[in-house]
Amino acid sequence: MQVTSSIREPLITGGKTVHDVSEDISRQVEGKPTQLWWIAMGVSLTLFAFGFYCLCTLLWEGVGVWGLNKTVGWAWDITNFVWWVGIGHAGTLISAILLLFRQKWRMSINRAAEAMTIFAVICAATFPFAHMGRLWLGFYWVFPLPNTWGSLWANFNSPLLWDVFAISTYFSVSLVFWYMGLIPDFAVIRDRAVRQGHQLRANIYNFLSFGWDGAAKTWSRYESVALILAGLSTPLVLSVHTIVSMDFATSVVPGWHATIFPPYFVAGAIFSGFAMVLTLLLITRKVFKLEDYITIYHVELMNIIIIVTGSIVGIAYITEFFIAWYGQVPAEQYAFYNRMQGPYWWAYWSMMTCNVISPQLFWFKKIRTNLVATFVLSIIVNIGMWFERFVIIVTSIHRDYVPSSWSMFHPTLYDAGEYIFTFGLFFTAFLLFAKFFPVINMAEVKSIIKSSSEQKH
Amino acid sequence: MESNKNFVVGIFEDEDVLLHAVEHTREKGLKIHEVYSPFPVHGLDEALGYKRSRLPIAAFLFGMTGTSLALLMQFWMLGYDWPMIIGGKNHASLPPFIPVTFEMTVLLAAFGMVGTFFIASDMKPYKWPRQFDLRSTDDKHVVAVDLAANKMSKEEISALLKSQGASEVNEKNF
Repeated sequence: MQVTSSIREPLITGGKTVHDVSEDISRQVEGKPTQLWWIAMGVSLTLFAFGFYCLCTLLWEGVGVWGLNKTVGWAWDITNFVWWVGIGHAGTLISAILLLFRQKWRMSINRAAEAMTIFAVICAATFPFAHMGRLWLGFYWVFPLPNTWGSLWANFNSPLLWDVFAISTYFSVSLVFWYMGLIPDFAVIRDRAVRQGHQLRANIYNFLSFGWDGAAKTWSRYESVALILAGLSTPLVLSVHTIVSMDFATSVVPGWHATIFPPYFVAGAIFSGFAMVLTLLLITRKVFKLEDYITIYHVELMNIIIIVTGSIVGIAYITEFFIAWYGQVPAEQYAFYNRMQGPYWWAYWSMMTCNVISPQLFWFKKIRTNLVATFVLSIIVNIGMWFERFVIIVTSIHRDYVPSSWSMFHPTLYDAGEYIFTFGLFFTAFLLFAKFFPVINMAEVKSIIKSSSEQKH
Repeated sequence: MESNKNFVVGIFEDEDVLLHAVEHTREKGLKIHEVYSPFPVHGLDEALGYKRSRLPIAAFLFGMTGTSLALLMQFWMLGYDWPMIIGGKNHASLPPFIPVTFEMTVLLAAFGMVGTFFIASDMKPYKWPRQFDLRSTDDKHVVAVDLAANKMSKEEISALLKSQGASEVNEKNF
């Protein structure tokens, strides 16, 4: 007795039964990794190893190996940091905000998106730590720990310190949220392993599942935990990029000192986060044959979020310009004139093309339901979002108040190496996740099979 | 784990059939030990007569603890233990302390609530749950009835569960 809504498109296609969900999603955990997986892992580990060498050189030699100079003290490092944190916004947004709005289409994509969030935040965190140079002392500088200079505490008035708290809380709470979702699915794999006679696998997944039993009482508690975690994560996810934007907005640097930054950064974060979710999921659905779970309809809905947030970002760019002109502060006006027409004009116009113009193509249904177009545009959006952070950071500071110290930023191998390091880390972690953990939330998808699955013929 | 307990185990395929079955059998005086499902069935906790979880209260209390600790920490460190004037501002004023206070509130509320959930549900790694039917994490809903807690005989319970739509009825002893 399957019921299909006549006004909504089915979320799960192919006439799947509840048992099919367990089969389809557990298959890749139980089987041997494919050749493609090994190749991808080899590439990721190579990137990781090269990046790790660059990171070690940086720690040994000092931050001087980067291309930073006295004028441009923040460049690729902070650009990459903000870029990764932004990407890390989609996962918790999907699982928390869409849960509160009762959007059932989140169920097929939330697991992978949350995993992406966690790995992206880890990648982001490596940049401020590397930037400190003396990593081992960093903990005394950013956490309120008593130290050898007497109890000289961290400065709680500084947005950089708020950032430490925001990102470490965001990471921890997202990890808990993700893990809570995994617990019932680990139990599925455990019980399948018992039936298949794999005792070792059963023990490992039972350990991971904390001995989940699936009792009605446990589910009832579990549901209230999920709801409250969603309620807590919703303001949390909005606070994180708000605080990241305050790293800039609370300064008095022209181009940074803007009250529009918090909402503008949050919209940009969701924009880039969804783009990265699409990049990853389009590959994942193909490789693991999950076309019935992550349908064109899911892709279309994510593309609609990209149009909305991309348009907010576009309006924010225009507002910044308008206010710079209308505010009549010469330094502020020059900062924006310099962005458009200065030596970094190419970065500015790349940002405008990728972030403002390209997502508007999704107004066409043909484009937003086309997988190749979506894949290409999702990568273009993330290139654009990288340029956005580069434009904000470098063009605002490379020509400061004293023209004799005007300068350009010339990246070195180590600037690139750190970025490559995070790519290696990110894809290695994601591949491990995709192999050993169920990539789709089975329990949630099973709960909508009856209401939102395609009718069996 | 208690020993020598005999259970009648009814297997249900469909969550709506299960929900009606639980309501009807409980009206007929059957005491259900527990129901095990592969996914949350809405309304099942009410049908079984479970009270609403008090975990939200735990979350609130942990959150308030986080708020208080964060405010105390910041005011004590910057206002009392080592007051510093940074940028000509007050050493201790509330507005710049709000972000850290908010984050600590969320952190403690989330971790405290999840920890309470694990303790309340007696969940820990290395612990194997009592499993009535391994298919309960796949696609079957499993109703476990403790024989000792019921006046009805094994056969009566079996027949009752079958009449309410159970696809099979088994026995399980622990």
